[in-house]
Amino acid sequence: MKTKKVALMAMCVALAMILSYVESLLPSPGVPGVKLGLANLMVIFALYKLGWGEAAGISLLRVFLVSLLFGHAASLMYSAAGAVLSLAGMILLKKTDKLSCVAVSVIGGVLHNIGQILTAWLLMGPNVVYYLPVLILSGTAAGVAVGAVAALLVRRIDLK
Amino acid sequence: MKRLFADKKRRADLIVIASLLLLALILWLVLGAFRTEGGVVVVCVDGVETERHALTEEGVYPLNGGSNILVISEGQAWLSEANCPDLLCVKQGKIHYTGQSIICLPNRLSVTVEGGEANAVDVVAG
Repeated sequence: MKTKKVALMAMCVALAMILSYVESLLPSPGVPGVKLGLANLMVIFALYKLGWGEAAGISLLRVFLVSLLFGHAASLMYSAAGAVLSLAGMILLKKTDKLSCVAVSVIGGVLHNIGQILTAWLLMGPNVVYYLPVLILSGTAAGVAVGAVAALLVRRIDLK
Repeated sequence: MKRLFADKKRRADLIVIASLLLLALILWLVLGAFRTEGGVVVVCVDGVETERHALTEEGVYPLNGGSNILVISEGQAWLSEANCPDLLCVKQGKIHYTGQSIICLPNRLSVTVEGGEANAVDVVAG
C-alpha cells in the first residue's frame, strides 16, 4: 500500500471518529437507533474515491475504535451489525451504477438500522420489530441528508 | 462542469426514497393493526425474565438491583429513573400496547408489555 493511501485512509478514519463524537453531542430523540449517521459521510467518500475495500476498512475500524472509546459492550455488537449490513448494501448498490450517492447513502442508513433491529431481535426478542417503521423512516431521512453532503464532497474534493 | 446527477439517476434515487417511505408506512399500518391493549408488564435482564406485573397493579418498582425504576400507573408503564449515561430508556416514555417495549441497552434491560392477565405463578425466581 502506498504511503499516500495509508495517510488518506487514516485521515478518513480519524474524521469518521470525530463525526461520531460530534453526533454523540447532539441531543438524542426518544427512540433508540434514530440518528444522523454523520460518520457515513467518510465511508461514502471513501467508497467513491478510494474503493470498496478501503471504505469497508474505514467503516469497521471506526466502529471498533468508537465503541472502544465512547461505547459499552453492547454498542459494539449493534454498530458492527449495522455497519456490515450497511456496507454490503452500499457496495453492491454502487457497483450497479444505477443510483447516485444519495440513494447509496439512504440504503446504507436504512440497512444500518435494520442491522441494529436484527441484533436487538437476537438479544431481546421479536418485540423490537415495532421499531422498524420509524427506523426505516429515520434511516431514509438521515440518509438523504448525509448523502447530499457526501455528493458535494465527492464532487468537490479531488484526490489526484 | 459535469453535472453530479444524470437525470436518470436522480429519478432512480427518488424511486428508492419513495419506496422506502411507502414500506415504512405499510409496516406501520400492518404492525398497528395487530396492536392491542396489553395486560402484563414483563421485565427482562440479559434476555431472562426477572419479574412481571399487571398493568392494573399500580406501583413503583426498582429493577435490576435499582439500576432502573419502573412506574406503573393508570394502565401505563414507564421508567422514571435510570443510572445509565444516555437515559434513553427514560426518554422512551409510557407504554401500554401489547408488544411495546422500553429498552435500556447499557443495563441490558427491557420492559415489555404482553397481552393477557398477570399470573402470580409466572414470577420466575433468580
